[in-house]
Amino acid sequence: MSPQMHRPAAGSLCPACAEPLEEDDRFCGACGQELSALSPPPGGDRPTLAVSVPPEWRTGPGAEASVPAEPSSSPSSSGDFELPPPQTPQTPPPPVADPRIAPPAAPPAAVPQAVPQASVPQAVAKVCVACRSGHVDPDGYCENCGHAQPRERDHMERELGPVAAVSDRGLRHHRNEDAFAISTTALPDGSPAVVAVVCDGVSSATRPDEASLAAAGAANELLLTALPRGIHPEQAMREAIVAAATAVNSLAGQAPAGDLAEHGHGSHHQLNAPACTIVAAISAGGLLIVGWVGDSRVYWVPDDREGPAARLTEDDSWAAQMVAAGLMNEREAYADERAHAITGWLGADAYELEPHTAAFKPDRSGVVVVCTDGLWNYAEGPDEMARAIPADAAERPLHSAQVLVGHALDGGGHDNVTVAVLPFAVARPGAGSGYDRRV
Amino acid sequence: MANFSKSQVPAFSVDVYQNEYLPEGGREVNAIVTVTSTGGGTTGGAPLRGVTASPAGIPSSPGAAVVIMVDCSGSMDYPPTKMRNARDATAAAIDTLRDGVEFAVVAGTHKASDIYPGGERLAIADPHTRAQAKEALRRLTAGGGTAIGTWLGLADRLLASSAGDIRHGILLTDGRNEHESPEALRFALTAVAGRFTCDARGVGTDWEVKEVTGIAAALLGTADIVADPAHLAADFTAMMENAMGKEVADVALRLWTPVGVEIMFVKQVAPTVAELTGRRTEAGPRAGDYPTGSWGDESRDYHVCVRVPQANIGQEMLAARASLIIPAPDGGAPEVLSQGLIRAVWTDDMAASTSINPQVAHYTGQAELAQVIQQGLDARKMGDYDGATAKLGRAVQLAQVSGNEGTAKLLSKVVDVVDAATGTVRLKAKVAEADEMTLETRSVRTVRVKK
Repeated sequence: MSPQMHRPAAGSLCPACAEPLEEDDRFCGACGQELSALSPPPGGDRPTLAVSVPPEWRTGPGAEASVPAEPSSSPSSSGDFELPPPQTPQTPPPPVADPRIAPPAAPPAAVPQAVPQASVPQAVAKVCVACRSGHVDPDGYCENCGHAQPRERDHMERELGPVAAVSDRGLRHHRNEDAFAISTTALPDGSPAVVAVVCDGVSSATRPDEASLAAAGAANELLLTALPRGIHPEQAMREAIVAAATAVNSLAGQAPAGDLAEHGHGSHHQLNAPACTIVAAISAGGLLIVGWVGDSRVYWVPDDREGPAARLTEDDSWAAQMVAAGLMNEREAYADERAHAITGWLGADAYELEPHTAAFKPDRSGVVVVCTDGLWNYAEGPDEMARAIPADAAERPLHSAQVLVGHALDGGGHDNVTVAVLPFAVARPGAGSGYDRRV
Repeated sequence: MANFSKSQVPAFSVDVYQNEYLPEGGREVNAIVTVTSTGGGTTGGAPLRGVTASPAGIPSSPGAAVVIMVDCSGSMDYPPTKMRNARDATAAAIDTLRDGVEFAVVAGTHKASDIYPGGERLAIADPHTRAQAKEALRRLTAGGGTAIGTWLGLADRLLASSAGDIRHGILLTDGRNEHESPEALRFALTAVAGRFTCDARGVGTDWEVKEVTGIAAALLGTADIVADPAHLAADFTAMMENAMGKEVADVALRLWTPVGVEIMFVKQVAPTVAELTGRRTEAGPRAGDYPTGSWGDESRDYHVCVRVPQANIGQEMLAARASLIIPAPDGGAPEVLSQGLIRAVWTDDMAASTSINPQVAHYTGQAELAQVIQQGLDARKMGDYDGATAKLGRAVQLAQVSGNEGTAKLLSKVVDVVDAATGTVRLKAKVAEADEMTLETRSVRTVRVKK
């Protein structure tokens, strides 16, 4: 992890028990003596991790550091950069880690190290973030305590001009099965269009992580192709969801990308085709278009907080259906253990693909929060969401997304958490209702 | 040059079948490790390392040496066909020897003597030596006692003179090891274990099942009964063909476990059940090797059970790393042929953590099947007929559920099956000794999961 770390010279002996040492030994194989501690390296060049790193290892510096280097969306999002010149600069995202939101126990001290570490060649052995003594093997596990090391997807952040997104593994899941894609492009008239797509892999299906990544990437790519061609954003949204569904369906027949063991041979997870939810928002030409399948949501929070905040999507979930059918009130429905069973998803085994879209014309500026249930479980009502998001969300979308992820983690982080914050600016200050639903 | 040995070894693949999901507080991780070796016997012309001592002009043979040990105790003359069949079987085995393979024939009584080629040497198979060896078989006559430990000792000395990698013995006995103490046999087995592999066969019904299976287990070979001496020749031919198909010897299953992980057991579960837990040799920090003997074109399954430390929901760890290794010819770092990962992931998803991997469930059943047959037959011998009925009933049930038809058939010769699904059986009043011994010997045979 850190090239400057002290390494005992080959052929040296353990100072405690005189056991011969290997070149890479950090601890004596015989007596366990910590070798790096005995002869501290000059210049105090080992500040990489504070002692308080939690066993959850979520914010290993490696994870954060890799975010700027690697776009968080799917491989297909490379299409971003081949499109007609965008209106908004697609500069590399600024440094992302913000100590204030870096999940609770992550030491701020780790952050400054992040960027240099990203360029450290793999050959340099990393040290386990859990036991801090073993090296990390090529499979990503500690050679001492066996603990899995943070993966790139465990925590992802991205900021692109006016829109930002953060995704986190949460505290209870072993991997991040959410994915997001954000992008900016232009309509034919030159006015900017901003896109945010968030997908939540269905855990009870196989390879949910691949499903969400494929869906977010495919939807984003389609929007980036369709919007500059002048296709109506709502129509483009519908097509994007279909494209995402196609991408997820095509995963069903494929062999897993990872090794077989990764995906649990014979476990119940193999019975279901890869599946995920999708929710997306487009801000273009004074319109706010949302589209979704599943239970990921879009919230609208006006900047002035005077107009009402609102939820702009309706879940494809058991609870929502119960409420819609008038069989239960919202409180009863969401208290039921079946509440979160989704009734619509992208995947080869979906009954029927029903992309929902809606178009809004906000009368005032505000922010659009595009999120998975990992967040909204901790801020279900629009007012709760409005309270959770910082007041200056429009100016600092990345910070706001970080704060919202932190809100979910503080609440327990029971699921993966993904939030995209998309500021929506209206030139003239509005009056009247917070938004007009057009469709 | 450094990689000289690499391309000649058959390709090994390791697949791990497990449910890696554990509930909160869950600590036991079970996995079936399937090892498949392909290319053995079909590499055609790729000699294994260490064959330099083999005669030139025989490029297609791996360095192999085989010693056939034939019981020549007095009992082999009752009936006289037994000796004659043993002689014919040995001749058939010799005919199956590939050119260039080193071999010897040992006549075993209360002492061992190498009747061919003699002088504690090995002959090299070619048409001439094969004819000579078969000629020498005429000198096999019955008379004397049985001390298998001495046979194994001589076989070891003979095989030690071979430069070949594959060192194999074939042992035939028809009686109990009466002329040496059980300790002497045990001592001999300990001394030669790991030095060569050995298949053991009992002919007739006067031999002790546990002795023969014990020899095969210790020396990583197969054990079987040849109740009718007339079938010996076919069995010997098959055994020798199997030995000739071996391409790589001294393969070990290496298990690496992280700090705090405890190995509960390691056993081979297919094609037969064989306990390996106690046969670990330490191989560096937190790693241990379990012997698997020599491999040809084949596939074997191992059940590994480890106990991991407690961890929180959402954590994931490597519970064990299973690799197949062969020792380096020069005693350096062993070559890793293939490896697989056994993982543990803690989840609050009950559906995930409570499901049992079908392979693990299947082989857990197969191991239980072998165990209850053994217990049932032991109970029967002790006169505990209720216990025997219960155990063998359970065996019938397990054999049916898992589709182990071979074992089910053998069981049906020992018990009358009333209802296989519920395991309701009656002990047969009269059971042929051969049937009971066959069941006991073959109880360790398993079937694979129905795909």
